[in-house]
Formats: sequence, C-alpha cells, structure tokens
Amino acid sequence: MTRFIIRRVIQGIITLWVIVSVVFVLFFMTNPDPARLLAGKAATVTEVQSIRVFLGLNHPLWQQYLDFLGRLVQGNLGESYKLHEPVTSLLGQWVQVDISLAVGAGIIWLVMGLSVGILAARRPRSVWDRSATVFVLAGLSTPTFILGLLLLYFFFYILTTHGIAIFPGAGNYTPFLTNPAEWAHDLILPWLTLALITAATYARLSRSSLLEVLGEDYIRTARAKGLSERRIVYRHALRAAITPIVTQFGIDLATVLGGAIITETIFGLPGLGQNVVSAIGREDLPVIQGIVLVAAAFIVVANIVVDSLYAVVDPRVRLT
Amino acid sequence: MSLSPFEVSSQTFVAEEEQSLEALDASRAIEGRSPLRLAMARLRTDRMAWIAAAMIVLMALLAIVAPLVSTLTGHSPYNPDLVNGTNSFGQPYGPGEGGFILGTDNVGRDILVRVAYGARISLLVGVLATLLATVGGTVLGLVSGYFGGWIDALLARLMDAVLSFPYVLAAIVLAAVFGGSLPLTIGVIAFFSWAAIGRIVRGQTLSQKEKEYVEAARSIGAGSFRIMFVDILPNLVAPVIVLGTLLVPVAIVFEATLDYLGVGVGPPTPTWGNMLADDQGSAGFAAWWFWVIPSIALLITTLGFNLLGDSVRDALDPRTERLFATRRKSAVAGPAAGEPISGEVAAP
Repeated sequence: MTRFIIRRVIQGIITLWVIVSVVFVLFFMTNPDPARLLAGKAATVTEVQSIRVFLGLNHPLWQQYLDFLGRLVQGNLGESYKLHEPVTSLLGQWVQVDISLAVGAGIIWLVMGLSVGILAARRPRSVWDRSATVFVLAGLSTPTFILGLLLLYFFFYILTTHGIAIFPGAGNYTPFLTNPAEWAHDLILPWLTLALITAATYARLSRSSLLEVLGEDYIRTARAKGLSERRIVYRHALRAAITPIVTQFGIDLATVLGGAIITETIFGLPGLGQNVVSAIGREDLPVIQGIVLVAAAFIVVANIVVDSLYAVVDPRVRLT
Repeated sequence: MSLSPFEVSSQTFVAEEEQSLEALDASRAIEGRSPLRLAMARLRTDRMAWIAAAMIVLMALLAIVAPLVSTLTGHSPYNPDLVNGTNSFGQPYGPGEGGFILGTDNVGRDILVRVAYGARISLLVGVLATLLATVGGTVLGLVSGYFGGWIDALLARLMDAVLSFPYVLAAIVLAAVFGGSLPLTIGVIAFFSWAAIGRIVRGQTLSQKEKEYVEAARSIGAGSFRIMFVDILPNLVAPVIVLGTLLVPVAIVFEATLDYLGVGVGPPTPTWGNMLADDQGSAGFAAWWFWVIPSIALLITTLGFNLLGDSVRDALDPRTERLFATRRKSAVAGPAAGEPISGEVAAP
C-alpha cells in the first residue's frame, strides 16, 4: 500500500511537471515578448526594459524556465502580470469558490443520482425505471450552459419580474465565513446546474452496477435466508456496487475543484474557472500556470485517493 | 426494444426480442443471417430509432438548405441589419414579427438563418471530430492491445493522461494560443475523445488476441498487420459503432461549449454556441428567443444522437463498457470507471 502510494505520487509529480512545461512552452511560442504587451502602447523603451528586468524576462528562455521550476519547488508561483499579487494568494481566494461549488453540488448529485439509480434498479422496466431513463437521457443531452441559462431564466428572471425575488441572479457570491445562509442562497442555482447534469451519470452508473450485483448468487442467498429487500439492497448489494461510483465521484469532485469554467461563467462566480478564462484573455502567464497546475493537481490527487480507496471499499482488491 | 440508455445486463430481454423476431420471420424460409443483418432487423423495428433518425435528418436537412433559407428570406447569416432587422424602436423582432419567422438578434440578424448555418458547423464538427477520434482510437487501441509490452505501457498511460485531464481548460488554453478556428476545434475535440474509444478497443483486443482464430491466422503465416486489421478488427465493429454514435453528441456539445466561451470557431461564423453567448449579455432575458431557439436546435441534435446510439447499442448488444458510465481503467483490479467523457461539457 505504501509502495503503491509512493509510486503513484512520483508518477503524479512527473505528470504535473510535463503539464506546466507544456504551458510554459506554448505561452512563449505565442508571446515572445510579454513585457511589451504589459507595458502598454504608450511605454518608452526604458520602461519596457525595466519591466523586462523586473519580471526576469531579460534572461534567456531556458534560464527563465529553470528559475520558474526552482521557484515552483519552493511553492512560489510568481506574481500576476496584471493583478500584481502573488499567484498563490490569488489561487487561495479563488479556490474557495470552487470548494463551495464542489461541496454543495457534490452532495446534491450524489444523493439524487444514487436515489434515482437505486429506484430504477430495484424495479427494472417499471414506470420508475422509465422515468429514470428519461432523466438520464435529458442529463446527458443537455449542455451545462443551457441548463444554467434555463435555471436563471425561470428561477431568477421570471420569478423576479413577477415580484417573487427568491433566487439571486448572476454575479452574486458571498463567502461562507461572511454569511453561511447567504452563501447557500447565492449558490443554489449553480449547485443545481452542476448537480442535475452530473447526477444523470450517477443514476446510470449506480443502476447498472446495482443490477449486476443484484443478480449475484450471494444476493439470492440473502433473499433465501429471509432478509428484507431493504436490507439486501442497502447493506449487501450497495456495498459491492459502490466501487465504480466512488471512482466517478472522486474524479468529478476534482474536476469541479479545479474550476467549473462554464458554471462560473454563467453565474459570474469568481472561481478558478472564470479567472483562467480572463487570465488567458489578458495573457497573464503566472496566473494561467497556477490555475492549470492546481486543476491538474486536483485530478492527479483524486486519482491516487480513489485508487487507494478501492482497497478500503472493496477488500477483494489488493494494491500493487 | 425501448429507449434505455442503461445497460441492459439481463439476458431475458434479448431472448424476448429474438423470439419476436423469429415469430416475425417464421413464415419465411430459414436462412442464415449475419449478426449485422440481425442487428439491422432489430433496429428497423425500434420505434425510438426512427424518432431519433427523424431528429437527426431534420437537423441535417436544415444544415443542407441553409443557403436556400438565406436566399428565400433574403437575410444574410453574417451581416448585421439594424434597418430592416429591428423595429421602429431599434429593438430586435420577436418570432413572427416583421417577417422574421424566428425573430432577430440584437443586431438585426435573422435567427432562423443563423440557426440553419449553425447546424452546418455543429454537424460538421460532431461528425468529423468523431470520425477522427474513432479511427485514431481504434488504431491506437488495436496496436496497444495487440503488441503489449512497452508500446502498450506508453499508449495506455497516454490514454489515462488524456482522459484524466481537465480538457475544457486544455481546449481553452490551446484555442487561446493558436487562435480559435474550425480545424483547431475539430482537432481539439478529436484529441480529447479518441482515448475513450482507444481504451475499449484495447481491452477488447487483449481478450480477442488470445482466441483460437488468431492462433490459426498466425499458424498460416498471417502478419501482425493482417491479424490486427483483417482478423481482429471485424470483431470490434459493434462496440466501435456504438461508441462512435454516442461520441457525436458529446462532440457537438463540446463544440458549442467552446464557442459559448468564445474560443471555438468564433464570429462571424454563426454557431449555436456563439449565438447563445452573443445574445445573452446584450438583451438579457427579455428576448428569450435569442437563446431558446439555438438551445432547442442543440437539444434536438444531441437528443437525436443519444437516442440513436442507444438504439444501436440495443440492437448490437455488444456488452462493452459504457461510454458514459465508465471511462478510466484503474491500475488496480475491479470495475473500471471514471470521469464521463461529457465531463465539463456535461458537468462543471
């Protein structure tokens, strides 16, 4: 187990190194001289030169790359070209939005997806199952931004124009620590947007996984010894069927944590996703690097955690 | 045969279908039918498949006649027309007003014409990206599974990396670096989609290559290339067709997402994604037709392909891992699962 984790961590670090290097190369391929870009049109040659020196852009590219890696190892991601703040502190602010999004949406999609999946699996081909199918199909066919717009239109625009201002529009975000109630209130629609679409995957996954397990011999044995259907499904079958769901959940959670780009854009939430889009727009390399690194790191870590959890969830699995 | 995007793991339904099919054909003389013909027969009796096909054909027709729509209405898909396209208050026309069947957008362009042109981009990107991804995924999956060893280790790692990468983020970075364009959009979507097919083809190849027919082929002197593409490949056609069909709506949503974020094909080309993005900010929600109409077009298309993919799977019954349900094969034993390919497109 320890050896497994050490090996995976090393692999993960190599992956991250490759990713930041690719971003670095791509950026300088298109922006041979970021200093000129930053200085603006009215800047004099001396001003551009001083910016160049200040940012270390006067060194050869390989030296800049080594400097960058050196700082990275010390946990220093540099300073934003435009916002003039350390990237690490910016990331710290922005990631809070994504943590808020992931926590709320994750709970909703897990509960919703599992309930629909279990309901469908317990009565295959019933009305419940068919409704679940429609739910899944709708979830898989609807792009996130359309669902987000629909929710905003009905729950914010229509209700508000009829004098029922229950849901806030886009561009509202209250940190949890400032006011937890307001925090949840502002995030309900983004949570639902993320959750409804993701829940479809969980419904399908839990249904097929559960159906497979329910056909096993030990379930028949459990039925034969007179256990209640409830106990069979929740204690015996779900335990075995949960493994693929754990994996899916880990990866999905990590994806949201690394920036829910579309949801954040629609609802104007200042998280990693919205900020990476604007950082790309203003060619702010340190910020782009930072966000890509964090997003990839979440996925790498989630993969390691999920694979290690296999052994906990399913004792038959041995890690090597 | 019903619409069921769920995996039907029970044998009974298949058996029922076979019986009904046999009853259907009982009057005819008994003849040997290939699995593909059996599948086609099943597909033909599937009501859902017909509905799905109708939805796709409708959109394809719209795409084909787009220039005709433009000529007939006399409205350009590109040029703003604030004189004829807006009413006396300078406001866009709603559906049915001012001779615009589906209304106009905030700069007076006919939404019907733009939706029709948008269908061309969506279908082109959806189909081309899927073809590229399917061919690439199948070839690399076959090579990976057949040869094994370091080639397999390398390709399998690559598939893992591609599948576990936050790909909307990657697509945005690439589009920003190289500038959004149609070929780049297709390339990016294909690049982030091939691995889903590659992984499944690899898994199937791993089991197929141990079968006797491969041994037989080798014993009569067939080369690796021949065994892979002539002997093994036909056995993988069913899952590949199913996965390919299901990849089309994913690619279409991916394209719309990139365009919605402004890093796809980009203006002035009308796409459903940039129609949704353009129109959202300016007039807000009062002019609902701005975004409702391209959304409906997008939904009809994705729903059509998802339903068709489902019917095709039902007909072929390939018993493979599901595209949406399982994605990454872990280093450890046990059922493989992971991020849906529709990930950020469908999720964050």
